[in-house]
Amino acid sequence: MNAGALELVCPAGTPAALRAAVDAGADSVYCGFRDRTNARNYPGLNFDPDELVEGIAYAHDRGRKVLVAINTFPPAGDTGPWCLAVDRAAEAGADAVILADIGLLAYATRTHPSLRRHLSVQASAANAPSIRYYRDHFGVRRVVLPRVLSIEEVGALVADTGIETEVFAFGSVGPMSEGRCFLSSYLCGVSPTSEGACAPANHVSYVESDGRVLSKLGPVTLNAFAPGEPAAYPTPCKGRYVTHGRASYLFEEPVALNALAILPELRAAGVTALKIEGRQRSRAYVAQVVGAFRQALDALARGQSVEPHLSALRQEAEGGRETFGAYRKGWK
Amino acid sequence: MSATAPARLTLGPLLFHWSAAKRRDFYLRIADEAPIDTVYLGEVVCSKRESAFAPYFDEAVSRLQAAGKTVVHSTLALVTTPREVGTLRESAARGLLVEANDVACLDVLAGSPHVVGPYVNVINERTRDFLASQGAVRIVLPVELPETSIRAIAAGAGATAIEIHAFGRQPLSVAMRCYHARSHNLSKDHCQLVCGLDADGLTATSVAGEDVLTINGTQTLSFGYGVVLDEIGRLRESGVGHFRLSPHDLDMVRVATLYRDLLDRRTEPAAVAAELRGMLQGRPLINGFVRGHAGMTWN
Repeated sequence: MNAGALELVCPAGTPAALRAAVDAGADSVYCGFRDRTNARNYPGLNFDPDELVEGIAYAHDRGRKVLVAINTFPPAGDTGPWCLAVDRAAEAGADAVILADIGLLAYATRTHPSLRRHLSVQASAANAPSIRYYRDHFGVRRVVLPRVLSIEEVGALVADTGIETEVFAFGSVGPMSEGRCFLSSYLCGVSPTSEGACAPANHVSYVESDGRVLSKLGPVTLNAFAPGEPAAYPTPCKGRYVTHGRASYLFEEPVALNALAILPELRAAGVTALKIEGRQRSRAYVAQVVGAFRQALDALARGQSVEPHLSALRQEAEGGRETFGAYRKGWK
Repeated sequence: MSATAPARLTLGPLLFHWSAAKRRDFYLRIADEAPIDTVYLGEVVCSKRESAFAPYFDEAVSRLQAAGKTVVHSTLALVTTPREVGTLRESAARGLLVEANDVACLDVLAGSPHVVGPYVNVINERTRDFLASQGAVRIVLPVELPETSIRAIAAGAGATAIEIHAFGRQPLSVAMRCYHARSHNLSKDHCQLVCGLDADGLTATSVAGEDVLTINGTQTLSFGYGVVLDEIGRLRESGVGHFRLSPHDLDMVRVATLYRDLLDRRTEPAAVAAELRGMLQGRPLINGFVRGHAGMTWN
């Protein structure tokens, strides 16, 4: 990676996706163990300890890095699995762990002082004093910034704290302060915070009623569609709710975040790394998105426009519509 | 907090945007009539509301203190702007005990005694112990925790007091976006403080007609009113010493009296639930989180 270039951090939900991301030009991949310790605890995803060792070898052989997300909050009386996950990441030779819980950060700092620590977006550090708190107490080297900040605010945080920042470049738009959202557990009883699953599939159902398809999470209807209309996954913050007698996407429209066109602005703001979301996505999706961002970043490094690389991403955007999210004023 | 210490009743920060006059009347009545030990004052949800109560803040503090109540200054749950950071510093300099609801405030308070509020994720004993080592004298646990977790955290808390949400709509999320403004087709920057139109929040109903959520500016709350009733004796014994009532547009003096009687064993949980249901006029009580189930349920 060239000095001053943006680091491309890519999702690896499976060992196959890890290889696909590395082959498509990821500078780093992030992944998690196959349990509650990471925020994408869904069936069929994630790594066992041996797979992590193999994945790290594959990446390191090609000069790339592996970041291990252990970014849920361990429940009281049961922090052992989270500490073990940090131990295993260290033993496997991970380049960094991505943590959110203050108690787990304290454990990692004390037990593995030389293991690089990144602050997960789940910690919702959206201001300079919070970042300083994690930096000064736990030696955090990089902060994954919440998706609630404008480019100007991101630039101010970089200037104020001098810390590496990683920002979301492609994926979904998270309107709520992450790591502190209890909507899913309120509706279905499973906690994204400590169990790592928001709106898990075994609590989702689709029911036909009066010629419409209702999508539900637990007992609650989150949306209604005409037959054949594309039905977005029923996540609580992406549902349609009625206020003042009118149904609307009260929290967030069904749109995808795509910051490719504003990569020059993010670089100018002093951002260190770009995060591509999608550990739950297919290997083909990862290859397509990572490849497009790789080409755009290479063009940027050569002083060329990133615009020609936008078209490769259009088909991957969630619901087909794209947004710059909070990066541009007016989103709030 | 040992299990034998008296149970404290607290009044959490007002989450809704009431007019200054309504707030003033509310807190003066609390001062004069409510059997409450500690009152949290301050804006938690949106910094745009902060100026509304500022002229009456000091008066409310002195009246509450004169009535023998401890006042804690609550702070914002989501801090993003330098101006908001500046407000945190001003709050910390006032001399009141401060409730930190964003980690930013923990940095600002740097080692001085403080309360950690329910918007900071403290869900295990490791985090509890680190925060206690940095000056947390009391920790208010997030509403999502089940009884087993609350008891595990309270059990080894030592000198750090543990507080839980015992009455009121439960905070489920905070955001940068204002959903109240969106519901009125307004932007946050030009919101006209429409959140002030709904004294107990704005109901968000599902497309199938179920009342599900309550919108309060940038905050989302439960539709039902969360209560901890049957569990309260066991939680007391495990070391939970503070029980929080969240202010609503109800007779909060009566709510406080009911809980005081419950803590002092002068009444039974079922009787309290029955009277609260009467006051809520059809809006449900919920206890799913403390029972380890979906939060919106009654078990």
